[in-house]
Amino acid sequence: MTVEPVAVLGVGMHPWGKWGRNFVEYGVAAARDALADAGVDWRDVGFVAGADTVRNGYPGYVAGATFAQALGWTGVPVTSAYGACASGAMALEAARQRILSGMCDVALVVGADTTPKGFLKPNAGERTDDPDWLRFRLLGATNPTYFALYARRRVDLYGATPEDFALVKVKNSRHGALNPYARFTKEVGVDDVLASPLVASPLRLLDICATSDGGAAVVLSSMDYARRHAGGDEPVKVAAISTVTPTFPNTVIEMPNFATDSAAGLPVPERTFKQAIGDAAYAQAGLGPDDVDVAEVYDLSTALELDWYEDLGFCPPGEAEGMVRDGVTTLGGALPVNPSGGLACFGEAVPAQALAQVCELTWQLRGTAGDRQVERPRVGITANQGLFGHGSSVIVTR
Amino acid sequence: MPERRPIVEGWFTTPTDDTPPALIGTRCTGSGTYFFPPERVASRAPGFHDSALEEVELSRTGRLWSYTDAQYQPPEPYVPVTDPHEPFCIAAVELTEERIVVMGQVVAGVGVDDLRIGMEMELVVDTLDTTTGDDGEVVEHLVWKWRPVDQGGAS
Repeated sequence: MTVEPVAVLGVGMHPWGKWGRNFVEYGVAAARDALADAGVDWRDVGFVAGADTVRNGYPGYVAGATFAQALGWTGVPVTSAYGACASGAMALEAARQRILSGMCDVALVVGADTTPKGFLKPNAGERTDDPDWLRFRLLGATNPTYFALYARRRVDLYGATPEDFALVKVKNSRHGALNPYARFTKEVGVDDVLASPLVASPLRLLDICATSDGGAAVVLSSMDYARRHAGGDEPVKVAAISTVTPTFPNTVIEMPNFATDSAAGLPVPERTFKQAIGDAAYAQAGLGPDDVDVAEVYDLSTALELDWYEDLGFCPPGEAEGMVRDGVTTLGGALPVNPSGGLACFGEAVPAQALAQVCELTWQLRGTAGDRQVERPRVGITANQGLFGHGSSVIVTR
Repeated sequence: MPERRPIVEGWFTTPTDDTPPALIGTRCTGSGTYFFPPERVASRAPGFHDSALEEVELSRTGRLWSYTDAQYQPPEPYVPVTDPHEPFCIAAVELTEERIVVMGQVVAGVGVDDLRIGMEMELVVDTLDTTTGDDGEVVEHLVWKWRPVDQGGAS
């Protein structure tokens, strides 16, 4: 069932980095940029949705109110959403529903984070009923452990090589070097990746994304409001937001679990969870993989970017390495992926990341992405996946 | 002698005789699906919430679904076992009967070069770590681990 679109009126970002300041500062900077980009006064915003951070205490758990207070209380209704890496998309969905139900014309969506150094780790305390605590305590299984399990399957089943994975990093580093919001802007070569230390075989340090500080914001409005407000230009539209959960039995191991569902008993779904995330977005937009001109996908690792090519239907299973080898997904190729530089150049600022993907696609579809501009894209798709059965995909069109 | 204690109660057997150990799961009697860690509240198979759950010992062997290693020391609450850290392997094994993929550390002495997807693995119970409490009590924690069948031999 296709869903009525809403307009992306404005987008804004705070540069990613390891700034070590309060996350609110990044969120407010991004929000102010997005409002200015939209030409909307903060006092005219009819709804605020915040994407939560769980690493910054109470203000992070009530991000919507935190940002609303920092921008100046106006009596605006708020919500706060947490869905791990999909948090930004969940907040975006809350804003879209508010607009489509006619309850407001303009909504502001904000996500920002300040992250600690090193491996992301669970909250403190002896929490024996929390799988996120147990996987570290019982197995020593970090996030890269899971990325590596997926990467190893590409190596053993499809013949992927360390050089293939490195090519993804090389491509993204070239893109990120052109992006003023990226944290890592130095171009790297295949040799640099292969010379970086092994973290979780077969993945090396430069195959795995860092954790970062950053903030991103999106102003959505009804199509009517956008046409009245913006005049002639047809706005970039959000055509789909998918935030589906897995279907039982989910037979692919996922963070933070250390076991899958059982494939004995009930039939296994034809499509995996990651495939279903994209499927739901395509169905909402009434579009398919062949329609996509540009994509922003969650490259938590280089190998995971390749998984997304297949899960989003850009190529059959086992052929993603060929796409990156042939330059299909590089700027200038037929289907550029991660023109922003992706997580490889940003590092992950969890609640901001799904919104940052939408910011990039908006600039691309407007034709204002500067040196990293994809040639006249009309359809862009995002994809991400996080812990505890969360994932999202957003389709924007022009 | 430190006291030997499972790191979690009720997730795996620790036989004192020659019986090989096994993971403990639950089986949804309505759908026939299995749960590990053992689901004891209600079946998570959609539509089978009212089905009884029965406790079962799971298959002791399975096929390797994927594997990796921990080249760096994981953060807390992981408890280091050596100083400096020595890399260990982590395997995800699909149990033969239940078709659940269960992750576990691989026994010491096995590196990623000794592993390949599809090979047969078997369950063992082994030392996870040894800790000393505030009261001076020394506890050796036990956990399930995986071992290649052709390396350790069937036990």
